[in-house]
Amino acid sequence: MASSTEAPPRRNRTPRRPGDRIFAGVSTGSGVLILVALAGVAVFLVTEAWPALTAPAEDIPGGEGLVVYIWPLLFGTLISAVLALVIAVPLAVAIALFITYYAPRSIAKALGYIIDLLAAVPSIIFGLWGMNVLAPVTVDPASWLSEHVGWIPFFAGPASSTGRTMLVAIIVLAVMVLPIITAVVREAFTQTPQLHQEAALAIGATRWEMIRMAALPFGRSSIIGASMLGLGRALGETMAVAMVLSASAGVTFDLISSENPPTIAANIALQFPEATGVGMNTLIASGLVLFAITLAVNMIARAVINRRKDFDGAN
Amino acid sequence: MAKRIEVKDLDIYYDKFLAVQGVSMTIQPRSVTALIGPSGCGKSTFLRTLNRMHELVPNARVEGSVVMDDDDLYGPNVDPVNVRRQIGMVFQRANPFPTMSIYDNVAAGLKLNNKRLKKSDMDDLVERSLKSANLWEEVKDRLHKPGSGLSGGQQQRLCIARAIAVQPEVLLMDEPCSALDPISTQAIEDLMLELKTNYTIVIVTHNMQQAARVSDTTGFFNLQGVGKPGELVEIDETTKIFSTPAQKATEDYISGRFG
Repeated sequence: MASSTEAPPRRNRTPRRPGDRIFAGVSTGSGVLILVALAGVAVFLVTEAWPALTAPAEDIPGGEGLVVYIWPLLFGTLISAVLALVIAVPLAVAIALFITYYAPRSIAKALGYIIDLLAAVPSIIFGLWGMNVLAPVTVDPASWLSEHVGWIPFFAGPASSTGRTMLVAIIVLAVMVLPIITAVVREAFTQTPQLHQEAALAIGATRWEMIRMAALPFGRSSIIGASMLGLGRALGETMAVAMVLSASAGVTFDLISSENPPTIAANIALQFPEATGVGMNTLIASGLVLFAITLAVNMIARAVINRRKDFDGAN
Repeated sequence: MAKRIEVKDLDIYYDKFLAVQGVSMTIQPRSVTALIGPSGCGKSTFLRTLNRMHELVPNARVEGSVVMDDDDLYGPNVDPVNVRRQIGMVFQRANPFPTMSIYDNVAAGLKLNNKRLKKSDMDDLVERSLKSANLWEEVKDRLHKPGSGLSGGQQQRLCIARAIAVQPEVLLMDEPCSALDPISTQAIEDLMLELKTNYTIVIVTHNMQQAARVSDTTGFFNLQGVGKPGELVEIDETTKIFSTPAQKATEDYISGRFG
């Protein structure tokens, strides 16, 4: 090789040390790996679902085609996850606010640990709890609800006598997603800049007004992000729902009757052991739908967060 | 508008630590009072006791009295929130709410609590506040853009507009120009001279020329010694402090013979 004095002018290159090269390789490899894994899952789902997508309607379990089979599952998945979120998000934000701004330090700390502990409870335990404790407890209130506020579609009734209803599944899901949402939101609130808190207080804001002016806007994208994390978990939750919900195949908004649409994940878990042939392909096709929904949920969340970037606390 | 503040024998504690001791002063209405002194001597701490912002630090407390006209700011039934509505504050770093537009930043204080204003009244007040802060011409075409898009000096004037929008009696400024370039500083100093016709202004500054330029009265704070609490060494007319101060420590400080 020519020595550097004789070499034609070339771009200035920083010397690459072995450590840099190895680290760059490892991190690039990890980044690629995640894409490969995602692509692998997508390819598997599509190829395995393909026979069901192309099969004649009468071969699909139920005999009325794929859409009719998957629609109630999809409905059950969405209504359980969304309503679980409707319960969990306000509660999680309130708990996070309490821990960050209202609780005395010692209580805040203890409560933080308890919330984290809740996140570590395996879903099968929640399933057992929902089935054996929560379900029986809800029987009487549910029949009261159907009697007195039955005009609300959610509580139309007639109330299930076992209590293993969509309502209980939703509550169990809400309890399960609560800790992760709380943890993420609390983290965001603790990082609310002192500067903005003081700005609010200095113009005579009460503590709650300060929270509304500084903490909530600052934590907004975290709240959305955390909700999507929770939604992801609720959509995909299998065991607890499979145990709690006594599913039939109806599409209904009635949360307290014994007619309950199953969810995609729970249905796969329950049906898979006995599934063969096109039946198995059909289950995987429903999995593909779940995959697509989760992807869509994440993309929508991104879009929502980006929409008001100008006003974001980060700049 | 514009009230007199009487401070008497004020001791400021953080838990058991005495940070500032024995401050007594009268802050005159419709004038600028500057507080100068070396870092860590308690000027900002003292300033924050005037609108009870120091209470945000857990276990911070004061002894002594701060009376605005006839209202004891530390009286038993006084709500610090009400104190802060009457005594506005501008901070060292401009802190407009990043999630709000310029308009909403100014309106933020007006929307608090019981204030329910008509849209047109709100528009008027926002415009008047921005005009008082000499910012209106620069932002009138982008009132609904985020405040974080303004320059540092504009952001600081936006914060002043936000503070005066609620029509306080007193305006506290904690080193408002220390992060600004000379031109923005000039703009804020001009603004202070205009505002003092309507407000009582107290400013903490490290810039002695600034104190000399804008203030009518200057107070010099210093530590009583290493590890000892800060104190008010003397307070007098600005011209007197900068020409013939009564205390040697003051003279040493303003002439630069001080660590």
